Amino acid sequence: MGLKSKDLIGIKALDAADIEQILDTAAGFKDVLGRDIKKVPALRGKTTVNLFYEPSTRTRTSFELAAKRLSTDVINFSVSTSSVVKGESLRDTALTIQALGADFIIVRHSCSGVAHFLANNLDASVVNAGDGTNEHPTQALLDLFTIREKKGVIRGLEVAIVGDILHSRVAKSNIYALKKMGAGVRLVGPPTLVPDVLKDLDVEIYSDMDRGLKDVDIVMMLRIQVERQGKGFFPTTVEYFRNWGLTPERLSMAKKSALVMHPGPMNRGVEISSDVADGMRSVILDQVTNGLAVRMAVLYLLAGVKG
Amino acid sequence: MRVVIKNGHVIDPSQGIDGVCDLVLEDGKIKEVKSEKSKGKGQRHEDNRGTKEIDASGKLILPGLVDLHVHLREPGYEYKETIRTGTTAAIRGGITSVCCMPNTNPVNDNSSVTEFILKKAASEGACRVLPIGAITKGQKGEELAEMSIMREAGCVAFSDDGRPVTDSLMMRRAMEYSRILKVPLISHCEDLALSAGGVMHEGLLSVTLGLKGIPSQAEEVIVARDIALAELTGGRLHIAHVSTEGSVALIRSAKKRGIADVTAETCPHYFSITEEAVGNYDANAKVNPPLRSRKDVEAIKQGLHDGTIDVIATDHAPHHRDEKLGEFDFAPSGISGLETSLGLSMRLVDEGVLTYSGLVEKMALKPSGIIGIDRGTLRPGAEADVVVVDCSREYRVDAREFLSKGKNTPFGGWTLSAKPVLTISLGRIHEWE
Amino acid sequence: MSKVLLNKEDIGRIITRMAHEVIEKNKGVSSLCLIGIQRGGVHLAGRLAARLEEIGGQNIPVGALDIALYRDDIAVRKEQPVVRRTEVPFEINNEKVVLVDDVLFTGRSIRAAMDAVMDFGRPSAIQLAVLVDRGHRELPIKADFVGKNVPTSIDETVKVEFEEDGLEDRVVLEWV
Repeated sequence: MGLKSKDLIGIKALDAADIEQILDTAAGFKDVLGRDIKKVPALRGKTTVNLFYEPSTRTRTSFELAAKRLSTDVINFSVSTSSVVKGESLRDTALTIQALGADFIIVRHSCSGVAHFLANNLDASVVNAGDGTNEHPTQALLDLFTIREKKGVIRGLEVAIVGDILHSRVAKSNIYALKKMGAGVRLVGPPTLVPDVLKDLDVEIYSDMDRGLKDVDIVMMLRIQVERQGKGFFPTTVEYFRNWGLTPERLSMAKKSALVMHPGPMNRGVEISSDVADGMRSVILDQVTNGLAVRMAVLYLLAGVKG
Repeated sequence: MRVVIKNGHVIDPSQGIDGVCDLVLEDGKIKEVKSEKSKGKGQRHEDNRGTKEIDASGKLILPGLVDLHVHLREPGYEYKETIRTGTTAAIRGGITSVCCMPNTNPVNDNSSVTEFILKKAASEGACRVLPIGAITKGQKGEELAEMSIMREAGCVAFSDDGRPVTDSLMMRRAMEYSRILKVPLISHCEDLALSAGGVMHEGLLSVTLGLKGIPSQAEEVIVARDIALAELTGGRLHIAHVSTEGSVALIRSAKKRGIADVTAETCPHYFSITEEAVGNYDANAKVNPPLRSRKDVEAIKQGLHDGTIDVIATDHAPHHRDEKLGEFDFAPSGISGLETSLGLSMRLVDEGVLTYSGLVEKMALKPSGIIGIDRGTLRPGAEADVVVVDCSREYRVDAREFLSKGKNTPFGGWTLSAKPVLTISLGRIHEWE
Repeated sequence: MSKVLLNKEDIGRIITRMAHEVIEKNKGVSSLCLIGIQRGGVHLAGRLAARLEEIGGQNIPVGALDIALYRDDIAVRKEQPVVRRTEVPFEINNEKVVLVDDVLFTGRSIRAAMDAVMDFGRPSAIQLAVLVDRGHRELPIKADFVGKNVPTSIDETVKVEFEEDGLEDRVVLEWV
């Protein structure tokens, strides 16, 4: 048993068994993170390159820490100061990194499909840390890990994802992952941000948040980019919060035992009220901790896939 | 020089010919088409002085194809293609007349550029080049270009292709004015606001790939607008690269009601592949208008079958190999189509969508009529533009073998079965295996 | 082809004897803890600890240790070794750690286990208890407490099965 591909490009390419294996392995790594010495020599001698074309503190540091805790050497390729600004093409940048002997390339880019491109053109294992509006697989995996940890199962749960689904790679990866693992998925948000065609993926679509959250087990809030208000997706953030913001009243529509999740960073008062974000049912901080274990598991399992 | 092409299956809808004939060419013109019945009658030529005989048994003989929509890229983008390489690719594909779009650098919006193109074509072109001039200066959509002067210089039609004429009033004026020219305005129908930032067809696939979509309606609203303006102005409208079911329906209705002088073209990719060709972000499948859904492909075929769509053109859009690598979003749109057009279009005959005659109409006769040139025919006295096609053996499309500089095709690896083996153009005979 | 080397009763007696040996060597059960190596040593550690508690009258901390992340053959194996749970819910600083495994073979698992234990803290001593020592050491590793010495050839396999896994308690020698 093992992952079938040398890369983790997206959830679309994984099956339920792959996802189970990653979650099980992550559980083992979470134990490691509970010790005093949080480092293991498993991937000693390997080199990890962080290739982040989009600025990101939390995801990059999470991957960096995961790679270091597995004893790999980590190089951060900071795009704003590098040859890319001088007009170097994506392909040339990638080949240069490969020539440096990278075993893992963690890539985040504003264009969908970049992770695919790199995976097809490089021998190294490529991990997609977010490409355009396509996928962010490790986020979905850590979200599922958190759900499984808290609820014991994923199959049969009803999960509501609320917000800008159209532009959210986190939402898409979660939709694919939750469906593969047997959860029910509801998408909630304004019609401009929740494409109707997604019904074909066997999800329910709601623009009425009260109905959308009724009796769900998990409420997954997405970050609203404030810039979208100028472009006709919704008039103002005030109106957005009124219709689709998560307040304690709205949350009470869900099951009493429902959990509140958010990939971060949060826009308090735009998509989520502070009461809820800091409340008892929020597992937002657990998501961050679990992110580290999940990313270690991904790197460890990918290292075992031979060319 | 006298050339006799013997025993080929001649398809010439302009004369109602569809059968085995000998084709006799003399001094660069068609002399006669001798059917089985008429052979043996009439004078025998005793002297074989300078007669070249070509045996075309088992092959098709067509009038040289006329492509209304080609980007030759010269002047300005010679790294993608030149008039020499583009016309060489054309004759390889059986195309002997090529209409080149004005989105060069500088734009062909004045007679100097038109003359440059014609001069280059005269010295380096492998086939006839007919320039299409811009409708507006710089294709900016703000001021009319000197269409009359360009017409005199040699332009056969006008278009801002690459872009639409966004301002409806501007398009109205252009159509009204163009009535003095008696040539069509070729419209690239796209509502730029609706399509903004889009890189593929809008649908479930674009959402799950995370690529911004271009809805069918971005094309259809401008098709409807331009038909309405043609009705208002009495101008001649030719709709470029039709790609959607809705567009076909609008054109069909307009023709039925007889409200406007409208013709329409489509391209082989719109009846051969769907949005699924994008696959895992293959930029070779990135084209504008984008590849659409299965439904749209069927509607395009129906439109060709019932005459709603008059012409098959390639919209040949060569790009440099490096430009199609990397980020899908940044890749330029376009398919290098001259060398696959006939093979893909012949599949329509195999599928019963068109007959051989119907195919030649769409690819040679009708286009000639639209721009008013005497081509697409094997009538005695016509120019000797001829292509001999071998349909008996299959071949695999390999972009590395393209004579065009543009290797950007989503059809790599496809098995096709109509291969030009001989093209006669500009008085020269070109033969290939 | 196979042969049963030890049956349920044999194993029971061996564990009792090993427990007495542990107590004898350590002069009692104080400051003693057991860590079973995943997977084969975990059940054995549990049983050994239970016997030690019966005899010594004191609670013995028992943990499970996964060594997948410390193996020296990660690069050459066909697949990544499965990462299992590590549960060592007690301090090992200044304690005597008895590593427990079912079969001692090349000694590499024990080497990995020692590295893992060192990352948990600084034990005052590490001892090794195994049910079966089948020879063919590739590293200088020796068990302090051995259930049975079974000389084997390199292409034979020693399989240990436990009731806790739904099988019968037994040790089997297999060969082709």
